Amino acid sequence: MAVTVKLPTQLRAAAGGQATAQVQGATVGEALESLFSEHGELRDRLMQDGDLRRFVNVYLDDEDVRTLDGLATPVREGGQLTILPAVAGG
Amino acid sequence: MAARSLRCRECEAEYELEAKYVCERCFGPLEVSYERPEILDVDGLRRRIQAGPQNIWRYADFLPLAAPPGPSARLASRAGLPAGCTPLVRADRLAERLGLREVWVKNDSANPTHSFKDRVVTVAAARARELGFETLACASTGNLANATAATGAALGLETYVFIPSDLEEQKILATGVYGTNLVKVRGNYDDVNRLCTELSGERDWAFVNVNMRPYYAEGSKTVAYEVAEQLGWRTPDRVVAPIASGSLFTKIAKGFQEFSDLGLIEGDQPRMNGAQATGCSPVATAYAEGQDYCRPVRPTGIAKSLAIGSPADGPYALDAARKSGGGIDAVDDDEIRAGIRLLAETTGIFTETAGGVTTATLAKLAARGDIAPDERVVLVITGDGLKTLDAVRDTFTAHEIDASFDQFVEQVEGGVRV
Repeated sequence: MAVTVKLPTQLRAAAGGQATAQVQGATVGEALESLFSEHGELRDRLMQDGDLRRFVNVYLDDEDVRTLDGLATPVREGGQLTILPAVAGG
Repeated sequence: MAARSLRCRECEAEYELEAKYVCERCFGPLEVSYERPEILDVDGLRRRIQAGPQNIWRYADFLPLAAPPGPSARLASRAGLPAGCTPLVRADRLAERLGLREVWVKNDSANPTHSFKDRVVTVAAARARELGFETLACASTGNLANATAATGAALGLETYVFIPSDLEEQKILATGVYGTNLVKVRGNYDDVNRLCTELSGERDWAFVNVNMRPYYAEGSKTVAYEVAEQLGWRTPDRVVAPIASGSLFTKIAKGFQEFSDLGLIEGDQPRMNGAQATGCSPVATAYAEGQDYCRPVRPTGIAKSLAIGSPADGPYALDAARKSGGGIDAVDDDEIRAGIRLLAETTGIFTETAGGVTTATLAKLAARGDIAPDERVVLVITGDGLKTLDAVRDTFTAHEIDASFDQFVEQVEGGVRV
């Protein structure tokens, strides 16, 4: 599946300055792997021990993937992932 | 105690004191770190605080600003809305009802827009001005909306206020009146928060609880400073406070610790008891399950001001509760309504649903025997009942009569006869 990933400002420098990236994958985890294969520096920023860092939120079409199946959540063709810091609000 | 840098709570990377809230290395939250002062004259420092204005700027030495705002440091109450210095009320009738010895109510509904949010917005707005921002913004469950719109009006800053579209009418009206750009987002608070997180990267605005969050959060420490000062420079034994994002709860604990470290107050650190509603209790659930991470939930229930399903400071609130020997409990909507009534009937203080959550949690702790007979307990009431009137609608009856003495005697004193 082709998926669009929206990157927060904090990550854009590590992704060649772009605000979005086009990636491939059947699940959220695969889509992120595809992102990391393009922009290796992002892996460490987002992942720890094979899972999302606890202050990283990933949304699949506006749903927090932690309320779905996490990294195993299937994605559809043309879906959109949004990565955002988790520490806002309150 | 001058602010030195922003420091990541996770990996301890340091950053300049700018409008920044996320560690670029690990995405952890940034927190203000301070120079540790050499305090030689504790009495002098206490006198300096006591001679300060009757608002949070009396604690300006412990807040993250280059200089306290206003025409001069000691006349700071002229700057913006005077938040803080709310009453600490001894609540003997409440204590008696709960079988406790000593309960105090920190009544933060006495702030300018009737909630503790004036404290955090005041600090965030002052820092935003120092950094040159002309627009304030926020993602709010209601109380913050009131505070941000009002502070913007007082300081002459433009404001953008984002709220869930299903918010209580009173909170919407009490925001729009200040002349803000009010944006009702179709979705819950976590949706609003996501939008604002995205927007904060694209607009040159001071989002008080996004890019200004490290400064904003420090404002909550003043609850602890005030309680300690009001108790005669002592810590209470236990604090019961609500948890939404967990920021207030965490910063109250931090405030007591800071004043203890400076030698300003005596006594052990208080046990910290957190209060959530069962309709949105990710932190209470994680506490009960022994987790150090909060699984996000979809909020339901009447306590909308606490309806944050993905609490940013959840892990730190868990830590504060566990480390202090406190705990975190959740209460349901009926208990919340009963909590509002209990506080109103025993103290004369009418609180919103969040205060109902907190009071009901205190009642639960008392009923369970968790509170020792000799404890001095502080109940933190964060908002005003006039903002959530639906919670008390139809919970009592009124007598309706003509202006007639006979009808009064017959129908009110003698019971209603149809």
